[in-house]
Amino acid sequence: MTAALSIENLEKRYANGVEALKGISLEVRDGDFFGLLGKNGAGKSTAIGIICSLINKTRGKVRIFGIDIDRDFPGAKACLGVVPQEMNFSVFETPLQIVLNQAGYYGIPRRIAAERAERYLKHLDLWDKRNGISRELSGGMKRRLMIARALMHEPSLLILDEPTAGVDIEIRRSMWEFIRSINNVGTTIILTTHYLEEAESLCRNIAIIDEGEIVENTSTRQLLSKLQREVYVLDLQKPLRELPEFGRGRWRLTDPTTLEVDISKEQGLNGVFRQLNAREIRVQSMRNKSNRLEQLFLDTVNREERRES
Amino acid sequence: MSLDTTRIAYATIVRKEVSRFMRIWQQTLMPPVITTSLYFVIFGNLIGPRIGSMEGFRYMDFIVPGLILMSVITNAYSNVSSSFFGAKFQRSIEELQVSPTPNWVILAGYVTGGMVRGLLVGLVVTIVALMFSRLRLHSVPVALSVILLTAMLFSLAGFINGLFARNFDDVSIIPTFVLTPLIYLGGVFYTINLLPPFWQTVSHVNPILYMINGFRYGFIGISDIGLGLSFAIAVTFIVVLFGASLYLLERGYGIRD
Ligand SMILES: Nc1ncnc2c1ncn2[C@@H]1O[C@H](COP(=O)(O)OP(=O)(O)OP(=O)(O)O)[C@@H](O)[C@H]1O
Ligand SMILES: [Mg+2]
Repeated sequence: MTAALSIENLEKRYANGVEALKGISLEVRDGDFFGLLGKNGAGKSTAIGIICSLINKTRGKVRIFGIDIDRDFPGAKACLGVVPQEMNFSVFETPLQIVLNQAGYYGIPRRIAAERAERYLKHLDLWDKRNGISRELSGGMKRRLMIARALMHEPSLLILDEPTAGVDIEIRRSMWEFIRSINNVGTTIILTTHYLEEAESLCRNIAIIDEGEIVENTSTRQLLSKLQREVYVLDLQKPLRELPEFGRGRWRLTDPTTLEVDISKEQGLNGVFRQLNAREIRVQSMRNKSNRLEQLFLDTVNREERRES
Repeated sequence: MSLDTTRIAYATIVRKEVSRFMRIWQQTLMPPVITTSLYFVIFGNLIGPRIGSMEGFRYMDFIVPGLILMSVITNAYSNVSSSFFGAKFQRSIEELQVSPTPNWVILAGYVTGGMVRGLLVGLVVTIVALMFSRLRLHSVPVALSVILLTAMLFSLAGFINGLFARNFDDVSIIPTFVLTPLIYLGGVFYTINLLPPFWQTVSHVNPILYMINGFRYGFIGISDIGLGLSFAIAVTFIVVLFGASLYLLERGYGIRD
């Protein structure tokens, strides 16, 4: 089966000398829900820009459903939809005009475009706003408008560059559902996000890119199983004046009623509670300090940094 | 893209371009009407009778074709340069860049938009002119083909300006410092036969001279220049500018890092 996206040794050096991509290779299977993670400036948007022809590559190959973008860009573009990180529509046009025009650029007849516009603007809760000027949309609405716009030609590969940045929790959840439903009917999705719980709940496969290089590329489940260590936060019933002498594990008293403990996978939680019971410390509630993927992400990029220094 | 999808993409760009200048008609359609009306009143009615005749025609009748063409040139040019620069500035040009629309269709769409605005303004100015002058038409085909070629030529020039522009000043610099002087020196208000021989020769370097004289021929049947030369120059410029625009677009000049 041909991959939805295949990238080989992709390099990008900007005119100012920044080496944004240092030869990355990636393969995204048809139908996949793929997460591309990385810190600010890691090179995610650069890679996406090259895939959808907004940025010239310096070297390397990109194939979209087997179509080499150097050979047949129009053919490749026709199956690709993109929701960019930054707003890129005319704020003087109305949402309806924007999505209808986008359909037009893909050669979709007006009648079909009008039906789709209604469907997607309704799905994304923008139908009431369709005839207002786009400048007056809120930030989250503008993001949703760009999603509706990217769907007008019903692409087989949809790339979303931080689609939920600045979107409130409720709408973010409904966007997740919506994107998941698009994936369920067979659309391949590539998603970048800084909300790792989003990646954990949506993506089947994840690549982590750091300073222009892929440092991790595996299934979400595999990735999570690598998690060696988790940090728990314990809210105590009574304040402690100082950190008691604990045996194993790394303990911290962040304030008189909050204890933090790092626990490795082998250790498990029972030992922690044994130690707490032995010292008659009562715990009111407990939670993970960070999302599990978040921990892993930090471990991965920090490991890279240590290796470099 | 197939023929049908190409046609739809082209029509979409044209529709978007036309609705853009219609939406801001106070900035796009009104000013040229006001300025040219002033020209008609001042040069045609107030000063014109004192000047007497030019090449055997009433001064008003002599300047009308040039004034119409002037509004076509400036409007076609500025429509494309500011619309394309605006699309770059707001990054909405990316909507086209990610789509399979071929570059020549993008170019044709923008140029058509500029032509429509230029010709529409030209039409309105002509209607205004009818209030001041008995417009005569020597040759409709000549007048029409010159005005079409001129609108196309300056739309293409505006496109190149839009591609090169990095800020809003870059969009107004060329019209102010190049286009307007060339129009004024291109014989809108006089026949170059009035100039000393040296300046007559210099005037022949000005491409706008050929358009204005060709267009004037369509109205009053006289021209400082051979008609064939006017057409040849216009077509040459169009071919060169089209090729240059397409080349720059293919390279992603100013729109792709
Ligand atoms: N147009 C540009 N010219 C020069 N350098 C650029 C340009 N765009 C991006 N860069 C640089 O390339 C590197 C990668 O940037 P990119 O936008 O791809 O990061 P990103 O992973 O998308 O980050 P973020 O999470 O902040 O969106 C950064 O060092 C950035 O400064
Ligand atoms: Mg980015």
